[in-house]
Amino acid sequence: MAILVDENTKILIQGITGSFGGRHAQLSLDYGTQLVAGVTPGKGGQKFADTVPIFDTVGDAVSETGATVSAIFVPPPFAGDAILEAVDAGVDLVVAITEGIPVMDMMKVRAAMKDSGARLIGPNCPGIVTPGTGENSHGGCRIGIAPGYIHKRGKVGVVSRSGTLTYEAVYQLTSLGLGQSTCVGIGGDPINGTSHLDVLKMFNDDPETEAIIMIGEIGGTAEEEAAEWAKENCDKPIAGFIAGATAPPGRRMGHAGAIVSGGKGTAEAKIAAMRDAGIEVAENPSDMGDALVRAMG
Amino acid sequence: MNIHEYQAKELFEKFGVATPKGKVADTAEEARAAAAELGDEIVVKAQVHAGGRGKGTFKNGFQGGVHLVKNADEAADVASKMLGQTLVTHQTGEEGKLVSKIMVADAVDIEKEYYLAILMDRESRSPVIVASTEGGVNIEDVAENTPDKIFNEVIHPLLGLQPYEIRNLASKLGFAGDTAKQFAKLLKGLYQLFMSCDCSMVEVNPLVTTPDGNVLALDAKFDFDDNALYRHPEIAELHDPTEEDPREVEAAKFDLNYIGLDGNIACLVNGAGLAMATMDIIKQSGGEPANFLDVGGGATQEQVRNAFKIILSDPNVKGILVNIFGGIMDCDVIAKGIVAACGEVDLSIPLVVRLEGNNVEAGKATLASSDVDLIPADTLADAAQKAVAAIA
Ligand SMILES: Nc1ncnc2c1ncn2[C@@H]1O[C@H](COP(=O)(O)OP(=O)(O)O)[C@@H](O)[C@H]1O
Ligand SMILES: [Mg+2]
Repeated sequence: MAILVDENTKILIQGITGSFGGRHAQLSLDYGTQLVAGVTPGKGGQKFADTVPIFDTVGDAVSETGATVSAIFVPPPFAGDAILEAVDAGVDLVVAITEGIPVMDMMKVRAAMKDSGARLIGPNCPGIVTPGTGENSHGGCRIGIAPGYIHKRGKVGVVSRSGTLTYEAVYQLTSLGLGQSTCVGIGGDPINGTSHLDVLKMFNDDPETEAIIMIGEIGGTAEEEAAEWAKENCDKPIAGFIAGATAPPGRRMGHAGAIVSGGKGTAEAKIAAMRDAGIEVAENPSDMGDALVRAMG
Repeated sequence: MNIHEYQAKELFEKFGVATPKGKVADTAEEARAAAAELGDEIVVKAQVHAGGRGKGTFKNGFQGGVHLVKNADEAADVASKMLGQTLVTHQTGEEGKLVSKIMVADAVDIEKEYYLAILMDRESRSPVIVASTEGGVNIEDVAENTPDKIFNEVIHPLLGLQPYEIRNLASKLGFAGDTAKQFAKLLKGLYQLFMSCDCSMVEVNPLVTTPDGNVLALDAKFDFDDNALYRHPEIAELHDPTEEDPREVEAAKFDLNYIGLDGNIACLVNGAGLAMATMDIIKQSGGEPANFLDVGGGATQEQVRNAFKIILSDPNVKGILVNIFGGIMDCDVIAKGIVAACGEVDLSIPLVVRLEGNNVEAGKATLASSDVDLIPADTLADAAQKAVAAIA
């Protein structure tokens, strides 16, 4: 069953006519994803790649096509508004790829979404992939910017804050013959829609997922919270990795959320919390796939 | 982004946050003239982006980046001892910060020092006001030793600061009557400033009361959300690049995210998480990373060239590790870019390259057949070990 999305999920892309959005819309189409609509204000009536209808509003796109998920590729100044538009149009899931959204905007968006029933993944994330069963995992649902072909349909759930580090993990898994149920990039911003813990719970409830790999980095306490919950509640084997053990305190390591401040968010604390929860912590980023093999026993 | 205290003072004035009168100066003569317009109790303050100035020491031996003086001549004298000198505080690191401006301000008769800050809290996803009866000292120490003297108010992200929240804080800090009223006005102004300027933190340490019952902000540290500066051009203008590592400033021009560290193995990686992980594995393999460097999703020839130049401007660097996961991008294109960039920067130290992803076999073949003397690697662990061995 996978989590969040599967091969039948109908998605739309806000910002489909931008160069970045368009490029990845095409890659999702090539992957076999049910991309049914695009939204760009002022470009309603046009078509993307001669097949995908473009609408002026998310409301129109949803009512015409039945899309239930929106991917946001809108530039940062307009991204908060785009997320709210998608939520208001009644989609179940918004995946915000956009990097560089002001924190104040995300704070207000999160507060406004509270009772909407919609879920937000991201922002500043690579997106979600539920691999397909075809060659190079073709036929799956690829939302965002991840390379689809490195995946393989299978039983490992992947959750991570970063992009290329997730690809690294997926690549190691696939090379070991371990396929994935769903790979979720939750993003590197301090205020995001979905936490490690949220995704861990979904994987725990998903019958198709048999093992989980959780990749974190310095900053905040999300990994600790997820580990603490897993200790008592998760009955599936978990492997983990935390990036940033060598990062000096007070310096933001690329991601706005990756900063050790006021003694909080250190790699040591996160690794200790994971170990305490019985999570098999990878010794280094080359060891992520093998750590999962060890966790599965 | 951070700003100087004298710039913060202007923002305070604009938002009705009470603060002593003051003026910035970059010569002793200007300091004398500015001091002459103030009262007969004056404070001279070094302007650097770091706290702990009061207890800091200049490299020339002069003690303290905050001095009380009695007249314009004394102000000029103190200014001349600070300007052009390097101030070391517990927040600057050993290298300290060059003082090129000072601020002269009215000295305030302090009855008691407090702490007041507003910050964007990721856990509650809300602004949080932090206040303490222990001001003028390091708040981390207060949190460690007397956590019961720190008070927090979590503010609703959409409703904003409520009158009862101000009353709560005033009461906890022991303010009553007119003092409480002045505090309320100051806090409202500070909150408005925080929200409307997209701050991630505003810290007033100390906030003080005077014997005649006034409440004033005597110091200000600001941190603005870089992602929101596009909508605050007047604040973006306050940016002082001389306060930053010149290599970081240079890197930003090319959309490279660089942070200098103390080690000798430089790394160049696409993606922040993978870049941190690469630093970690260098350390684990017995080396020391010289930097964090994220080239973003692309890793084009131009970016790699500029990244190499910045890396090589660090005299400690003895070797380079390039780690690129070419997810969407063709590894062969990346490989050709790396080879071309090597030719352009005249590399004389070992270079280890690890590529993975799309069309990686062709990329590896390109690296292997090039004239550039580089060390190809397979896994990340292999790359780190080879980099450490290459500089041994
Ligand atoms: N205008 C002023 N009048 C009187 N005392 C001051 C004034 N400004 C600063 N001080 C004193 O100097 C101390 C240090 O100054 P501050 O501005 O907080 O710098 P820092 O935090 O960098 O040491 C304050 O805690 C306060 O006691
Ligand atoms: Mg201070």
